Amino acid sequence: MSLRDYVTLRVGGQLFGVDAARVHDVFHPRGLTPVPLSRSEIAGVLNLRGRIVTAVCARRRLGLPPREDGAPEPLAIGLEVQGDSYGLVIDSVDEVLKLDDEKFHAPPGNLPPRWSDIIVGVYQLEKELLIVLDPHTLLDNSHLKAA
Amino acid sequence: MDDLIAEFLTETAESLEVVDSELVKFEANPNERKTLDNIFRLVHTIKGTCGFLGLSRLEAVAHAGETLLGRFRDGKLEVTPDAVTLVLHSIDRIKVILAALEATGNEPDGDDHDLISQLEAMAEGHAVDLNAVHKVEVPDRPIGGDIEPAELNIPAVSTAAAAEAAATGLQAGDVDPATGRTLRIGEVSEAELEAAFAAADGPDQENSLKPGDVDPATGRTLRPGEVSEADLEAAFAAAEAPDWMDEAPADVKPEPAAEKAPEPVKAAAPAPRPEAAPAAPAGQSPMGDDPQGIATTQSIRVSVDVLEGLMTLVSEMVLTRNQLLQISRNREDSAFATPLQRLSTLTGELQDSVMKTRMQPIGAAWKKLPRLVRDLSYELNKKIDLVMEGEGTELDRQVLELIRDPLTHMVRNSADHGLEPTEERVQLGKPANGTIKLAAFHEGGYIVIRISDNGRGLNTGRIREKIIEKGLASRGEVDGMSDQQIHRFIFAPGFSTAAKVTNLSGRGVGMDVVRTNIEQIGGQIDLTSAPGQGTTFTIKIPLTLAIVSALIVGAGGQKFAVPQTSVLELVRTGAAAEHRIEKINDSLVLRLREKLLPLVQLGPTLQLEAATDEDATFVMVIQVGERRYGLVVADVLDTEEIVVKPLATILRDVDVFSGATILGDGSVVLILDPNALSERAGNMLEEKQAEDGEDAVEAGDSAKVAMLLFKAGGGAPKAVELEHITRLEHVEVEKIERMDGRAALQYRGKLMPILGLNGTQDILSEGIQPLLVFTGEGYAMGLAVDEIVDVVEDRLQIELSADRPGVRGTAVVSGRACEILDVDYYHLQGLAEHQRRPGASSERAVA
Repeated sequence: MSLRDYVTLRVGGQLFGVDAARVHDVFHPRGLTPVPLSRSEIAGVLNLRGRIVTAVCARRRLGLPPREDGAPEPLAIGLEVQGDSYGLVIDSVDEVLKLDDEKFHAPPGNLPPRWSDIIVGVYQLEKELLIVLDPHTLLDNSHLKAA
Repeated sequence: MDDLIAEFLTETAESLEVVDSELVKFEANPNERKTLDNIFRLVHTIKGTCGFLGLSRLEAVAHAGETLLGRFRDGKLEVTPDAVTLVLHSIDRIKVILAALEATGNEPDGDDHDLISQLEAMAEGHAVDLNAVHKVEVPDRPIGGDIEPAELNIPAVSTAAAAEAAATGLQAGDVDPATGRTLRIGEVSEAELEAAFAAADGPDQENSLKPGDVDPATGRTLRPGEVSEADLEAAFAAAEAPDWMDEAPADVKPEPAAEKAPEPVKAAAPAPRPEAAPAAPAGQSPMGDDPQGIATTQSIRVSVDVLEGLMTLVSEMVLTRNQLLQISRNREDSAFATPLQRLSTLTGELQDSVMKTRMQPIGAAWKKLPRLVRDLSYELNKKIDLVMEGEGTELDRQVLELIRDPLTHMVRNSADHGLEPTEERVQLGKPANGTIKLAAFHEGGYIVIRISDNGRGLNTGRIREKIIEKGLASRGEVDGMSDQQIHRFIFAPGFSTAAKVTNLSGRGVGMDVVRTNIEQIGGQIDLTSAPGQGTTFTIKIPLTLAIVSALIVGAGGQKFAVPQTSVLELVRTGAAAEHRIEKINDSLVLRLREKLLPLVQLGPTLQLEAATDEDATFVMVIQVGERRYGLVVADVLDTEEIVVKPLATILRDVDVFSGATILGDGSVVLILDPNALSERAGNMLEEKQAEDGEDAVEAGDSAKVAMLLFKAGGGAPKAVELEHITRLEHVEVEKIERMDGRAALQYRGKLMPILGLNGTQDILSEGIQPLLVFTGEGYAMGLAVDEIVDVVEDRLQIELSADRPGVRGTAVVSGRACEILDVDYYHLQGLAEHQRRPGASSERAVA
C-alpha cells in the first residue's frame, strides 16, 4: 500500500486534489495586475514576496460559472510549471489527505475535453469524489489553446 | 574532467584566439617584431603546458609550429602567406584536438604527421604542399566555453593578494596554485619550458621551491639568468615583467640564485627592469607599460554563474530599496529617512560595480574577425584590410554574446558582397585593397557599432525590382521611396539572401535574422549606402539588458512600463495644448514639426474598457527600426529603473508585452514591447528621423508645386495640384440643374456634370457654389466644394496612404494636414457622367 499526499480544494463546490509535493504555498491573490489581451483564464500577475506570479482562475479554466457576489475571498495555490510561478485561484482549501494509490481510478470517459485533459484521475472518497488535477496540463500553453 | 585540464582548456582557448588575430597582423607586417614575439610566446606556452600535462599529440603539433615560428623569428625564413596558412592550420588542428579533449577528457587518437611533416619541411626551407595537410573543421563555439571566465578587475589592495592576482591573471600557462600546477617546475627538465613557467608563475614558486630558497620576487628576477635562450627570455621579460614588478616588496634584493643558469644574459632589455622594480613605489601600477597589452591588468577569474547570481541579487536589492523608499516617502517623521538614503546610495553604487564586472570589451567579440577576413580574402581572391577601432569599448557580456554572430555575419557579407574583386577595384581607380572598418563607441546609454566597407554599395535598382517581385510593396509605392527607404528592405523578412544586394549568392542567415537578433536585445540597426562608395551599417545596442530605465505610463486606469530606449520624446496634447490630435477617417495623427505622426492609442489597442479618447493627454514618440509612431497614453507617471522579468509561458502569446517588473510600491506592471505594439496597430508609415539627412535630399529632389487648398465634404482640408484645375468658378446654386440624383451646369454652351466629394449632396442648396473645373479630352466636369481656402506652393510629400477612393493620401501642406485629391478618380466619374448622357460624346467641351 503506497500513500500519497494531496492538497484538497474546492472550486464551484467540486472537490479537487493536487499532489501536495507540487504545491509550494497557499496565498490570497491580492494586488492583481490584469494582463490585457490575454486569455480569459488569466486572472493577472501579482507580486508574491518579490516573485512575479501568474494567477490563473480555476473556475474559468474549468468552464465553471464565475464566483457569486459576497463569496469569501478566494485563495490561490502556488505551483511551479516549467520554471514559471503560477497561482491557481480557487474557492477554498480543505485539508491535506493521505490517499492510497489502490483507490485511484482513471478518469471516466464521458468528461468534456476541457476536463478530461487536465484530470489525472479520481479517488472515491466516502462522501464524494476527489478529482485529481494535473498542474502541468492545467497551466500549459498548448493545452490551454486546445481547451 | 581534471581541474588542471579544464583550466588549461580555458586559457589555451584564449591564447589561441589571440594567436589567430596576431598571426594575421603579423602576415600583413612581418617586420613587426613584437607581434611575432607575442605569437611565439603563446605557442611556446601551449607547448610547454601540453608537455607537462602529458598531451603528446598537442605537444608535437605545437612544437612543430613553434619551430617554424622560431625560424621566422631568427630571420632565417621569409614570411609567406603559405607559411602563415600552415601555422594557422596547426592552430586549427590544436583547436580540434582541444575540442575533443574538452568533450572526452582525453586527447583523441589521430595522426598529425601530415601537418607536422609540412611544418618541418617549411622550417627546413623546403617546398611545401599545403594540400597535403588535411583540413579540419574547427568547432564553432569557443573551447572551454562552459568555464568561460569573466575578467574581474580589482584594485591593488595588499601585496600578497595582488601578487596572487597577477599570477592568476596572466596569460595561458599559469594555473591557480591550488591545482598543484606548481609541481611542474620541479618536474620538467627542458630549460626552455622552465623559463616559460618561471616567467608566468613567479609568486607560486614560493610553494614549489624549498622554503627559504627563493622568495617570490627573486624567483622572478632570477629568470634572466636561468634561461639558456636569451632571446626567448627577452620576449618573456618584455611582456611580463611589469606584472610582478610593481607588487614586488621593496626590500627584495635581486639575489642571483642561478645555480642552474648555464648561460649569461645577453639581452639588455630585461636586465634593467629587475633593478628598477624595487624603486617603484608599491601600489603604483604602470599597467600601460606593457607594449602588447597582455596580462597586465590585475584580475582574477570568476565563474560567470557567480556573476550572474550576484547580478540577480543586486537586482532584487534594487527592487527592495525602491520599495523601502516608497514606504519612507509616505511617512514624514521617519527616523529611517537618513540611513535609508545612505542605503539607497550604496545600493546604487553596488549595482554600478556589479554591472562593471559584467562588462567586457567589445574586442572580445571581434577576436575571430581578423582570421575570418584573412580566410575570406584568400577564398574570394580579394585583398581586404580589416580596420578595427574602439575595441576597448565595454558592454555587458550577455549583450556581447548576442551580437557576436550578427557581427560575424555582417563582416562576411561586406567581404563577400560589398567589396569588389581586386581587378574591378583597380579598374575603377579605387585602392586595390578593400577596407572593412569596424568601429565601436559609446553614445548615451548605448553602444554604437559601425561596420562599413568601401565597396560598390547596394544595388538600389535590383533591390527595387526584388521588392516588387516579392510583393513587399507596389511599384507605385517603391517609386515614391527614397533610396534609403529602399535599402532598408534588405532587412525585411523574406528578402532572401540569394537576392540580396548583389548577384552573388548569400550564405548563412539573412539580414532579417541579423535585425531580429539585434532588436531582440533592444537594439536598432540601420544602413546607408552610396553607389561606388560603400555601405555602412550602424547598430545601436543598449549597454545592458538586466536593468532598463522605463517610463511608467497610465492608460485605461492601468499602469504600464515603456522602455525609455525606444521613446524619442514626449508630447503633451489635449485641447489646450499646442499639439492637437487630428483625425483622418478614424485614424489618429499628430502634426509634429511639419510631419504627420500616425498614432496608436494604448488603451483601445489593449482593449481596456476604461479607455476613452478624452484621456489622451500624452503622445510618446516611439522609434522602432525604421518606423516611427506616437503612442497615446492617458498619463506619464514616473521614470524608474526596472528589472525585466520574463512573462510566464502561459502569457507568451500576448506579444505586446516583453516582460513584467515589480515597481517600488510592490505592484507588478507589464512592460510594453513597442515593436509588437506598432505591428498590432496596423501598417504604419515608414518614416525616419530627419537627422539622417533624408529630408535634405528629398527637399532637393521634389520641387515645390502650387496647390489649391479647399474645404469640401467635411473632415480634413483638401488639396489638389493647381495644374490639374482648368478654372475656378463661382456659380449661383439656382443655375445648377438637378435630375435624379445627378447635377449639371450649363457651362459655355455645354452641359457640364457637377460632382460633390461624396456625391451630389455636397452641392450647396443656396447662395454661390464654388466649383473646381477639370477638363479632359473632350469633356469638362465641375467639382463642388464648400470653400476655396488658398493657393500655396509647397513640396508635395504624401505620408499616409488613403483608404478610400478619390483621395491619394495625406500630406502636410503649408503646415496643415491635408487630404490630397485623386484627380484621376474624378475624371473617370465625370467621364462616366458624360457617357450616361445620350449624345454627350458628340459634344465638345470648350476648355
